[in-house]
Amino acid sequence: MSGDLAGLWVYLATSPLASLTATLVAYQAASWLWARAGMTPLLNPVLLSVVMLVAFLTATGTDYRTYFAGAQFVHFLLGPAVVALAIPLYRQVQTLRQSAGAVVAALLAGSVTAALSALGIAWALGATRRTLLSLAPKSVTTPIAMGISEAIGGMPSLTAVLVILTGITGAVAGPWLLDRLRVKDPRAQGLALGVASHGIGTARALHLDEVAGAFAGLAMGLNGLATAVLVPLLVHWLLPG
Amino acid sequence: MLSYITLLLVCQLAGEVIARLFRLPVPGPVIGMVILFLGLLVLGRVPEGLDRVGRSLLVNLSLLFVPAGVGVITHLRQIEREWLPISAALIVGTLVTIAVTALVMAALLRRSRP
Repeated sequence: MSGDLAGLWVYLATSPLASLTATLVAYQAASWLWARAGMTPLLNPVLLSVVMLVAFLTATGTDYRTYFAGAQFVHFLLGPAVVALAIPLYRQVQTLRQSAGAVVAALLAGSVTAALSALGIAWALGATRRTLLSLAPKSVTTPIAMGISEAIGGMPSLTAVLVILTGITGAVAGPWLLDRLRVKDPRAQGLALGVASHGIGTARALHLDEVAGAFAGLAMGLNGLATAVLVPLLVHWLLPG
Repeated sequence: MLSYITLLLVCQLAGEVIARLFRLPVPGPVIGMVILFLGLLVLGRVPEGLDRVGRSLLVNLSLLFVPAGVGVITHLRQIEREWLPISAALIVGTLVTIAVTALVMAALLRRSRP
């Protein structure tokens, strides 16, 4: 009997099926909890799933490589999903055209600020080079940020976590800050949330106002593109390796 | 349906090939997104099947971040060591970014209004 159990354990621990299933179960449990709690940004489903899965891997003594052998099937879909972001971006073309000049200028200002503030603050407080490189693309949506991080020599998995924490920070504190700054135009509110905190900020902006949501989605897509070009150049100048 | 999944993969593959061929620092899927975006501009509409495929991917976009996020397990010690620069960069950096973007955008929108 115990031999059967041990055999079963060996199968579960090495088969990709178990970690793929665990990923989907954790995400759905997290989404359910998040919805039950009124979709509060503090219970972000990504953060919650990650915490659950890390606890699960630690408890079962499974290493990340074994886990990823199964979870890679989910991870792989990030590529086509980024390509598919072209669809909502295309839908916003009309909105974009009407204030294209302001959008481009504010976007570039925000994109450069996001990278420089992260690099400057972390550098001043003594972060290591790999941490700096992993922080630089923190304001863009995860798949793009991970791609940039990998391209400049950061740690994509660390970047993924930093991106998610950045999104939660913006979603929680952003509306409060915008109120303090007396920024009332929903186009400016949405653009700021989308530039600084990508998809999680966009979800928050959609709760504020429909126009804010549209501008946040637009800002997220465009900032992904701007950051992918700007961050490697900034890193090349500021942190020549 | 299958043809539009193929289209997304073809765009991504083209993006990866372009990124490597020209040694661009931009991730392949981002170039794929630009290719699809330009295609949609030329076509002038989103085909229904593509819309369905895109929606089903983007509705569950958050899920796709999870496997990468779990990778934090391999960096716990580093985050513990550098918690101060990391948390300061995250919190202060994000607030500064929101302020700069919002104020620039609001000022430009005010100026463009007649």
